[in-house]
Amino acid sequence: MFPYLETLVFLPGVIGVVIFFFPSEFPKRYYKGLGVAVSLVELVVAAAMLVQFKTGVGGYQMVSTYHWIPTFGIAWSLGVDGISLFLVVLSAILFPIAIFGSKETKDPKSFIAWMLILETACVGSFLVLDLFDFFLMFELTLIPTYFLMSNWGFSLGGRAAVKFFVYTFLGSAFLLIGILALVFIHDGGTGQVTFSIVALAHTQMSSTAGRLIFLAFSIAFLIKAPVFPFHTWSPDAYSQSPITAAIVLGGVMAKLGTYGIIRFDFQLFPQASRSLGWLILTLAVAGIVYGAVTAAGESHLSRLVAYSSLSHMGFIVLGLFAFTQIGLSGAVLQMFNHGIYTAALFLLLGMIYARRKTLDTSKLAGIQSKAPIMAGIFTVVMLASIGLPGLNGFVGEFMILLGTFITHRWWAVIGVSGVILSAVYMLWAYQKVFHRRDPEQRSFKDLSIREIATLVPLVILIVGIGIFPNVLLSRINPSVHKVLSNSTTQSIVYHSSLGKVAGR
Amino acid sequence: MMYLFATVLNGSPIKFPQISYVSILPEIILIGVAATIMLLVALIGRTRATYGYTGLGVAAALISGVWSYHLNQSVTSHGARSVIGGALAVDGFSTFFMILTSLGLIVTLLVAEAYLYKVAARGPEFVALTLLSASGAMLMESAYDLLVLFIGLEILSISLYVMVAFTTSRKLSKESAFKYFILGGFASALFLYGLALTYGATGSTNLAKIALFLSNNTLTSNGVLLAGMVLILAGLGFKVALVPFQFWTPDVYQGAPTTVTGYMSGVVKAAGFAALLRVFFVAFETLRADWQPVLLVVSVLTLLVGAVLAVVQKDVKRTLAYSSINHAGFILLGLYVATAASIGDSLYYLFAYTVMSSGTFAVISMIAHLEDRTEMSLSLTDLKGLSSKYPKVALSLAILLLAQAGAPFTIGFLAKFSVLSAVIQAHHYALGVLAMLSVVIAAVLYLRITLSMYSPVVEKRDVSDEELVQAVSLGAVAVEVEEETQVKVKSKIPLPAGIAVFIALAITIGLALDANPLVHFAAQATLLK
Repeated sequence: MFPYLETLVFLPGVIGVVIFFFPSEFPKRYYKGLGVAVSLVELVVAAAMLVQFKTGVGGYQMVSTYHWIPTFGIAWSLGVDGISLFLVVLSAILFPIAIFGSKETKDPKSFIAWMLILETACVGSFLVLDLFDFFLMFELTLIPTYFLMSNWGFSLGGRAAVKFFVYTFLGSAFLLIGILALVFIHDGGTGQVTFSIVALAHTQMSSTAGRLIFLAFSIAFLIKAPVFPFHTWSPDAYSQSPITAAIVLGGVMAKLGTYGIIRFDFQLFPQASRSLGWLILTLAVAGIVYGAVTAAGESHLSRLVAYSSLSHMGFIVLGLFAFTQIGLSGAVLQMFNHGIYTAALFLLLGMIYARRKTLDTSKLAGIQSKAPIMAGIFTVVMLASIGLPGLNGFVGEFMILLGTFITHRWWAVIGVSGVILSAVYMLWAYQKVFHRRDPEQRSFKDLSIREIATLVPLVILIVGIGIFPNVLLSRINPSVHKVLSNSTTQSIVYHSSLGKVAGR
Repeated sequence: MMYLFATVLNGSPIKFPQISYVSILPEIILIGVAATIMLLVALIGRTRATYGYTGLGVAAALISGVWSYHLNQSVTSHGARSVIGGALAVDGFSTFFMILTSLGLIVTLLVAEAYLYKVAARGPEFVALTLLSASGAMLMESAYDLLVLFIGLEILSISLYVMVAFTTSRKLSKESAFKYFILGGFASALFLYGLALTYGATGSTNLAKIALFLSNNTLTSNGVLLAGMVLILAGLGFKVALVPFQFWTPDVYQGAPTTVTGYMSGVVKAAGFAALLRVFFVAFETLRADWQPVLLVVSVLTLLVGAVLAVVQKDVKRTLAYSSINHAGFILLGLYVATAASIGDSLYYLFAYTVMSSGTFAVISMIAHLEDRTEMSLSLTDLKGLSSKYPKVALSLAILLLAQAGAPFTIGFLAKFSVLSAVIQAHHYALGVLAMLSVVIAAVLYLRITLSMYSPVVEKRDVSDEELVQAVSLGAVAVEVEEETQVKVKSKIPLPAGIAVFIALAITIGLALDANPLVHFAAQATLLK
């Protein structure tokens, strides 16, 4: 069989590294095309993998393992299941779009190289089945992001990059300690040093140890997502990084956190995840409300999206820790959805910035009359983000709230306020930027064909998934079911009565 | 002594131990070539071209490295042994360090060839001194007797004092050499005093005999022995810059020629740690309960002081000096944990650190010369705009710095990972968290350097009066006009320096991708007991 996963993980990164060695005579204008081409090949491979993916199977598919550092018990192990499947597809969709839509002109060689390395890091994080490899890939995302932010970002990009790097690195520090503690507890019980998550899933440990290691893992994931109160890096990072990197940050990298929670927290520490779930749920709900309220008061559009992301990532975490089939499936679906509409939002912000050189809502006005196409697309994307039925955001959010309501009623009740608030801040911002009369009557060019071409695939996905969510859910559900049945015996009751709602 | 006199008076022959020349061939080669170089200088006279001498030095280092590897293989097949009457050990540990020393020596010689002789206007002496000093390092690494260890330490140090003062035109260089000399002499004295006390308490200077004595006898009062142990720790701790013996480090690192700084932070530290590890693990093994708490305090302080003070520095070399202190703390953790596996992890860290640090200082030399700042200090702001002028140099430094920070797919990460895994395996969870926190703090310093390389040059232009009046009348208070300048400079990088940096980069990344050989190699480097 064609090595789909190996290609997906290594293709962009290897080409990215090779690009660094290109001679300086290589014409600069070809780099962007090269980047788009490589990431399109990646997309094709991802699509082929999607076709090959067997529905109705909960476990890992296309698994392959290679020895790497036997002394430490480390292997290269790749595999895909319903949880990682669409995150890989999401990355494969967003990277070509982000690169195609990029407006960075400075040093295109390094820019494209870093973007491709970042793609490898993101896709790799989703596909590896070995904790050591995961940590490597998880860390590797920092380096290209750091360079992208500091070299191509806005005026304070450097400072935002250091803040981002150190903050995330702090989380990783705890993650590494947690990984090692887990591995050696497993070693103590079985006499076998391994980092394979399949083997480590059956580690026997005391409940205190389980809780502590769970917290060590979770803090890394909560910072990465981000979840309140670990979000303080994100408004700076989102607003100071170049739009291309912001798309990846908000669209793909945020999901690394929530993906980590399902893949590692739930599978390695099922008891601790349940017993400490209330804590994370509370943080998630706090984030939903806090993010939404802050977003309502934010006048910088990128920062607004950052806070709205905080709120929406809170929903996803809520769905995860509800421990119901429908909630968890909804959360996995919502990770994909959030990636799509956040990317579209950032692309639109980039287009506005290119025209007005500002993203301050107080300085933007009256765009709708000048640029009706942009306003139309913006409306669709915004409505998806608010969660309008018929668009993709609704399906996920609805499932999450339903799933949470079953097991954690009051958290769901407070969480719902986030849906209403998101309509408030989004519509306010929209009114200010698009509807308000522009006193100076400045000109504003509507979207070019090229820009429309960048956005259309995302709009199609927004509408398509809103109408046919089952295409995704039929692949997600079996894996979610497996995660839940591994971690619990209780929630299957809910699953049997309500899982069908999700499955329809 | 009395015994010696007695044997001489009685006419009976003195028993000399059998000397195994094969085992000390690396040292012999280095010393021999150093002497040859000095002879050649005397015979041929001073020439402008120094690469002949450098070639000779590199060849010597290469041969002794290869021979050390051969010894390493023979240890694997025939087992470790002590030679020359138990004065030297030939084991995985010593040969590991000798290979590492040869590697560091090659990098140092190449970088010196590229840059140092242009400033100092004399080359061959430097090659000879470096070879001598490295032979001292190798002696320290294989010493199995405290006296031999001391001799190695002195050979290493005395050559080093001269090397630090090598750029006589720079005041800073002379000052730092003087500081290093005074404090180094002091440290040697401490070590010697510790040696004497240990001898007094145990009746031997041989590490194995000390260990044997301590395991067979229980001392009713071990104050003298403990004092000796602490003094030995202080003497060697000075060389590897453990807190609280680190005060000289930033000054000397900043003042010494950058090539020598790289040598100090790499080869010298490796030798110091080799001695420290061997003495504490072989001789004082039974006193573990006494030295472990001390090492715990020292390593925690070293980790934190290094990381925290590095972040507030403005000078690049001072920053890196503190970062090297932080690394020393990490290496010491392996000694503190004190399991057979943790020693291997410490060795892996030392190897990685030596390579990364030598490479980093090689690039710093490169930058100082490209920017024409060899006579001055190099501050963080001087690095601004470097990436647009010399993208490859900047990228190399960025990779080496990120590797030091522990970036994935570099040996820097694997090094931190392996030491940390030893710490966690021994259930020192809090210590592991603390170490990782220091890594996070230290990451800031590497990022600061990288960031200033990648930020654009901001030139402060003097504003003419006319403009000033205009500015004031406009109500603006800004006096300085900042503008971005993009300068593209084509400067050739000398081949030797390029090779040196390439070696460092290739090892940093290559041995992380194909990680098993080095991991295995470090794990095999066990101590002779």
